[in-house]
Amino acid sequence: MGKIVTDVVCPFCGTLCDDLEVKLSDDGKEILEVYNACAIGATKFLHSQASDRLLRPRMQQDDGTWKEVSYDEAVEYTARILADAKKPLMYGWSSTSCEAQEVGAGIGEMVGAVMDNTATVCHGPSLIALQDVGMPSCTLGEIKNRADRVLFWGCNPVHAHPRHMSRYSIFPRGFFTGKGSKSRKVIVVDPRCTDSSKMADVHLQIQQGHDYELLDALRVAFKGKELPDVVAGIPKEKIYEAAETLKSGRFSVIFFGMGVTHSLGKNHNIDEAIAVTRDLNDYTKAAIMPMRGHYNVTGSGQVWGWQFGFPFCLDLSRGFARYNPGETSSNDLLRRDEVDAVFVLGSDPGAHFPISSVKKIAKLPSVCIDPHITPTSAVCKLHVPVAFVGIEVGGCAYRMDNVPIETRKVIDPPEGVLTDEEFLSRVSDRVKELKGV
Amino acid sequence: MSTVTLTPTQVPELYLEADNITPDHFAGKSAEEIAALNVYMGNATYKLGDYFDVEGEAAETAEETKIVVKGDVSRVKYIGMKMSAGEVIVESPADMYMGAWMLGGKMTVNGDVDAFAGLGMTGGELTINGNAGDYLGAAYRGDWRGMQGGTIRVSGDAGSDIGTFMRGGTIIVGGNVDVHVGTHQEGGTIIVKGDAKTRVGGQMVKGEIYVFGDIEVMMPGFQQREDVEIEVDGESGSFALFEGDMGERHPTRKGVTTFGKLYMKY
Amino acid sequence: MAEYLIKNGYVYDPILGINGDKHDVAIKDGKMVDASAVKNAKVIDANGMTVMAGGVDIHAHIAGPKLNIGRNFRPEDKLFNAKPGQGIKHMVAGHSVPTTFKFGYIYANMGYGFAMEAAMPPLYARHTHEEIRDTPIIDEAALPVFGNNWFVLEYLKNHEIENTAAYIAWILRATKGFGIKNVNPGGTEAWAWGMNCSSIHDNVPYFDITPAEIVTGLIEANEYLGLPHSMHVHGNQLGEPGNYKTTLETLALAKGYKPNSKFGRDQVLHQTHLQFHSYGGDSYSSKSFESKSKEVADYINKQDNITFDLGVVTLDDTTTMTADGPFEQHLSHMNHLKWANTDVELETAAGVVPFQYRKNTFIAVAQWAVGLELALYAKDPMKCFLTTDAPNAGPLWRYPRVIKWLMSEQARNEVLDDAKYGEKVRDRCYIGELDREISLYELAAMTRAGTAKALGLGNMFGSLRPGMEGDVVVYPYSPESENPEDIEYAFGNAKYFIKGGEMIINDGEIVSNGNKRTFWVDCKVNENAQVQHDIEEKFKRYYTVGLNNYDVNEKTFLPNPHRIEVDATQ
Repeated sequence: MGKIVTDVVCPFCGTLCDDLEVKLSDDGKEILEVYNACAIGATKFLHSQASDRLLRPRMQQDDGTWKEVSYDEAVEYTARILADAKKPLMYGWSSTSCEAQEVGAGIGEMVGAVMDNTATVCHGPSLIALQDVGMPSCTLGEIKNRADRVLFWGCNPVHAHPRHMSRYSIFPRGFFTGKGSKSRKVIVVDPRCTDSSKMADVHLQIQQGHDYELLDALRVAFKGKELPDVVAGIPKEKIYEAAETLKSGRFSVIFFGMGVTHSLGKNHNIDEAIAVTRDLNDYTKAAIMPMRGHYNVTGSGQVWGWQFGFPFCLDLSRGFARYNPGETSSNDLLRRDEVDAVFVLGSDPGAHFPISSVKKIAKLPSVCIDPHITPTSAVCKLHVPVAFVGIEVGGCAYRMDNVPIETRKVIDPPEGVLTDEEFLSRVSDRVKELKGV
Repeated sequence: MSTVTLTPTQVPELYLEADNITPDHFAGKSAEEIAALNVYMGNATYKLGDYFDVEGEAAETAEETKIVVKGDVSRVKYIGMKMSAGEVIVESPADMYMGAWMLGGKMTVNGDVDAFAGLGMTGGELTINGNAGDYLGAAYRGDWRGMQGGTIRVSGDAGSDIGTFMRGGTIIVGGNVDVHVGTHQEGGTIIVKGDAKTRVGGQMVKGEIYVFGDIEVMMPGFQQREDVEIEVDGESGSFALFEGDMGERHPTRKGVTTFGKLYMKY
Repeated sequence: MAEYLIKNGYVYDPILGINGDKHDVAIKDGKMVDASAVKNAKVIDANGMTVMAGGVDIHAHIAGPKLNIGRNFRPEDKLFNAKPGQGIKHMVAGHSVPTTFKFGYIYANMGYGFAMEAAMPPLYARHTHEEIRDTPIIDEAALPVFGNNWFVLEYLKNHEIENTAAYIAWILRATKGFGIKNVNPGGTEAWAWGMNCSSIHDNVPYFDITPAEIVTGLIEANEYLGLPHSMHVHGNQLGEPGNYKTTLETLALAKGYKPNSKFGRDQVLHQTHLQFHSYGGDSYSSKSFESKSKEVADYINKQDNITFDLGVVTLDDTTTMTADGPFEQHLSHMNHLKWANTDVELETAAGVVPFQYRKNTFIAVAQWAVGLELALYAKDPMKCFLTTDAPNAGPLWRYPRVIKWLMSEQARNEVLDDAKYGEKVRDRCYIGELDREISLYELAAMTRAGTAKALGLGNMFGSLRPGMEGDVVVYPYSPESENPEDIEYAFGNAKYFIKGGEMIINDGEIVSNGNKRTFWVDCKVNENAQVQHDIEEKFKRYYTVGLNNYDVNEKTFLPNPHRIEVDATQ
């Protein structure tokens, strides 16, 4: 019949669903089925046992072919390039456990690296805005139980966080929201018509690149002051209406994503959205929350926060922690040829960075730690496969609302495949030797 | 004034961090001692003398010390950082953080500079005869106290995010600027002689911004008041006065509310 | 393990009644022993120096999500103070919100061996434990918050003490917590709707219970369980002018309750950062604000079942962080600085706002005065504890400066003379009339003997009595010193610090990370089907984390746990 493992935590996105059920074969070696997950989560589990999965590290040869190497050789190469580099970039950290992140942080401290995570191309601007104006927020259960006004700004949860609306933000019948979706008014702000905007009560089809102006207009509207006839392509009547909708609720929440973090102004858009939320708290209760992407980018920011003081773009090269996105951010470092080695773990910059940055990675001594073959692994000198966190090894992860949940191990990794933590520990030991620590 | 001349002898492989190149650090030192000061490249430490020829000698005090940098420092950061007195002249384009956290004295760069020039400045004069990058005279991340005093003058264009969280002092840009001028400004004066794009005076609490050229899109929080005839940085003209940002908080004293002022030249 | 013999120092131990005598202190196998019991000891010459048991901090914010919000949202708090690692020490950073490594080193340098994280939101307990784990050297525990918890509010509305107790025991086990923390009772649940409770008799929206009922209910539940520590309360109206009345009403709720604890404490209520709760007047202006420290201290001095800690303002730039969510929004409105807030489903909330206590304002110095006055009026130093509610009233590493102020009237006068409104402060507060100087003996009570006892850890910490944990500190301070600056230096720069029998600081240098433990209370209660059912129900319907994922896995998160077992099945 096969056994079913319950309470499984999905290691894909920041929604961090922890109600998955995974059906295993009788001998516990095969994943047969995944229940409750969205299509993306289910695929992560089911695909983890693909027959063409890479099982051993491999090094890229001069002619572009790949040659299998042992984990020992992989450890040696990795430790050497990190120890020899004057300014290595250790990037990624978003699809792995806090335990692995901590070992990595120790290596970064020893070699004087710049540590960066996927926030650098994702919610980094949200972190910058948090640093400039703070953030009134809450856990997702507060949304489930209290929120009656839900605004999705610059994000498309139906596609990017498929179970968000059913677990937290629109459909759940919570303690004070017993009527589920009927308890809530939904507004979507997006230049596009999307599957999320189709579900909204109001879709403000904003002129692309003018979110900051529209947010300012909302703040003006809250104060009952005059507005120009049209702001960001939205007529002022609709702006006053939206302001009134948000003010008249008992609990308004704004969820936001790349539509505002990476359009013109970046952190300023988030800053202004946070200001909108702050202002709303003078009239009612309001919160704002970033739709974090990778399932543990938040954790990476937490670990570095308590160990060093900064959540991303962390420059340890001078022996003490420094931070300034624009200088210490991965893409700026690569663009300016400011790093001399690249180590990637738990993310895919090859797919997410500008191609000009990826070309730089291709020229440098580089390592990619990833179970999959990816655009990143394609340009690195060394590719090391590891176990999947949340499937083949457990470990702590932080949800988009910063709630930590311990992911579970459901099956063993393939024979001889190391976990991130194990590989990093060996690298750490070897770096200690090379540095004479 | 006693002058120390630094001539770069090689282009660094990565970037040099030269926070020791200030009159304060050079004061009282001979050329040999100056050459023995540290410069940093990533996690490696070198001597200034490894990358520069050092000639001349410093005065006893920073105030009497002048530094001239002659040569390619396009990959050298932090020159003039935290200087409190004296003079620094950089003869060609330089990298980031020129005159960052400057307290006093005079710094001139005859060339373009990269981002973060004059970051967190509290006094002194910073002159860029060229273009400036982003975050000119801005606040350090998270600091609600931006530039507090001093003057920054850029002959050419500047990038985005100039004067964020500004509290005092003056920034004058001779050319055009990119988005986000005076965001969160709460004092001080920003003058843009060319064109601005968008987000001028966003979230402004107090202070003054003058734009001589065009603004592509006005912030909705600004309301037109009146026209005024004034002189700005030596140029007289008619300006339309706007007040705002109406979305933001503004201080009220004895019943009078002070807004941010945005002047647009006719 | 090495043996140690500390000779020639001036020893202060209120439990043993040693008041400055030169007394040999010995440690063997990790514990305090009689000097005659060591044969092969490394001798430490503490000539001219002060010797005490390792410090015990009863209330500081040192680990958890609020801390990390404070760190991550304040890069400027680390600008120019980040320092490289040295020897076995990691790199450090943070002025008002240090990194976890820095917290460990700060405590070691101050000679503290145990610290209580003041407030842990249960849903975030894993985070608190990760930070505790990454704080070297010092033993720690954390207090989960209960004063706005839905289970507690519902049970206490019907005065169901046994159910409340069963739930609390369950939370202590699930979160690996130590005791009962109660912050702004009822007010933080009201805050989930943007409201607050302004008096202890207000009704909490929907839950229809009052803060007074929450306080008495939690006292009763605490005594029902017989926990090592008492209910630990941050009362309503923190920081508000005139709040002393609410404070006296809150303290009065403890009347008639007797402690039920095999762990040696005498109190049923511990009032934290009392300074913030002892204000008179109706504004912060010097025309209205006044200190009510005397009135509050007079009341406490007459009670035998209340302890408190000071929360002294240190006149620094710092960061406020507290589960008093509405207060933090209020603060942000006053100083217009960035404000972070997190409401936690079914449980609590937290707010974080930077704050500058400027010595040239009247109110900051008045607040400073109130905190010190409470200590100077306290009759029993075994009930009055030194804290700065770190970092709320001041950064953790300022304890030595607070010690200086307590011990030196001259140092206090220097502050008042240097402050622009010093005379006004002398006028509106009592500080000018107080010439008492806390002695080293009293200081030992306020920073180790008393705090250990109040936490129910008096059999392990707070004294050099044989059998106690081998936590000893030698401060480079001579009781004959006439210079108050010597106090501040010495109590922040331990010459020797031995923790659990291991040398941590040798001749002023940190040489070991020790073997820190995480303490938690494992409380056995009778099976309670009702509570079990309610827990399952609420997790199914209202929480967003599954019941089976809520528990903090001890193996993962507490590498070196120290369980204190309590049997409440009578």
